[in-house]
Amino acid sequence: MIWNSWNDFWAMGGYGLYVWGSFGVTALCVALEIVWVKNARAQALTQIAHELVAETNSKEWS
Amino acid sequence: MIQKLFFYASPQNFYPLAGKLWPVFACLATVLTVWGLWLGMFVAPTDFQQGEGYRIIFVHVPASWMSMVIYLAMAFWALLGLTFNTRLSGMMTKALAPTGAICAFLSLWTGALWGKPMWGTWWVWDARLTSELILFFLYLGHIALTNAIDDPRRADKAGGILALVGALNVPVIYFSVKWWNTLHQGASVSLTKGSSMAQVMLEAMLIMGVAFWMYAAAMALYRVRSIIVVRERHAQWVAELPEVKAQMMKNASGGTKA
Repeated sequence: MIWNSWNDFWAMGGYGLYVWGSFGVTALCVALEIVWVKNARAQALTQIAHELVAETNSKEWS
Repeated sequence: MIQKLFFYASPQNFYPLAGKLWPVFACLATVLTVWGLWLGMFVAPTDFQQGEGYRIIFVHVPASWMSMVIYLAMAFWALLGLTFNTRLSGMMTKALAPTGAICAFLSLWTGALWGKPMWGTWWVWDARLTSELILFFLYLGHIALTNAIDDPRRADKAGGILALVGALNVPVIYFSVKWWNTLHQGASVSLTKGSSMAQVMLEAMLIMGVAFWMYAAAMALYRVRSIIVVRERHAQWVAELPEVKAQMMKNASGGTKA
């Protein structure tokens, strides 16, 4: 462990804004991408299920 | 071996394989990120020139590497798709692009935040930075182009050609620091000359590099599954997938209520 205190760690020797700005935005992008791909999958499954239900219904009526 | 490759070139066979593989890559990415960040943020010493500011390297270099690797992977799938006319190739190219765009963006963003304290400027139009910006635009162009064409097979062809032609930019990025006089420093890690960094810093950076690689693989495999089911939705095997059946039950019950 190279830090004397948590304050030291967050300050990053005066480079805190730059270091945490980099790591923070990276973490944000990763989090957003995960939410995004999960949503896309849910949407894809809903769309397919919707079409398949519509197809079977139209077959039953004909 | 070759037969196995052709077996998995069919979307129907690749779908379950990707479903098994993405959690493995996601787990590896998580473990490696924790390990790499621990080494990078708590074990690696202060840099004698750049103080603590150098720690940006642990996201900047992996993001930049992956921005190039993902583009080359897209070009590889595009080449396969254009020569063998396999359907999966276009889907893989499409699944990789958003993650690549994010990596290129992060490379530029973290680079700006590193450039400001060390060079005194967020941005310069030097060869390295400009070619990376072009790479970012190539990703956005690829996403826009493939989304603008309704017929998926034609979209794959157009996107494949863009991926192949754009791949010429990747060696330009990589060698830009050698070919031109740039503000950006030369490579810290070189295959021929070894590394100019302290051992722990290098280890942390390489671990983060592998972590990003695993993350990109997990994202691409997860995303390609969504693309496969939508494109193959008229095939019987998609209708028989348990996740599709479950969703149909949910829709049906919701539908009767409404």
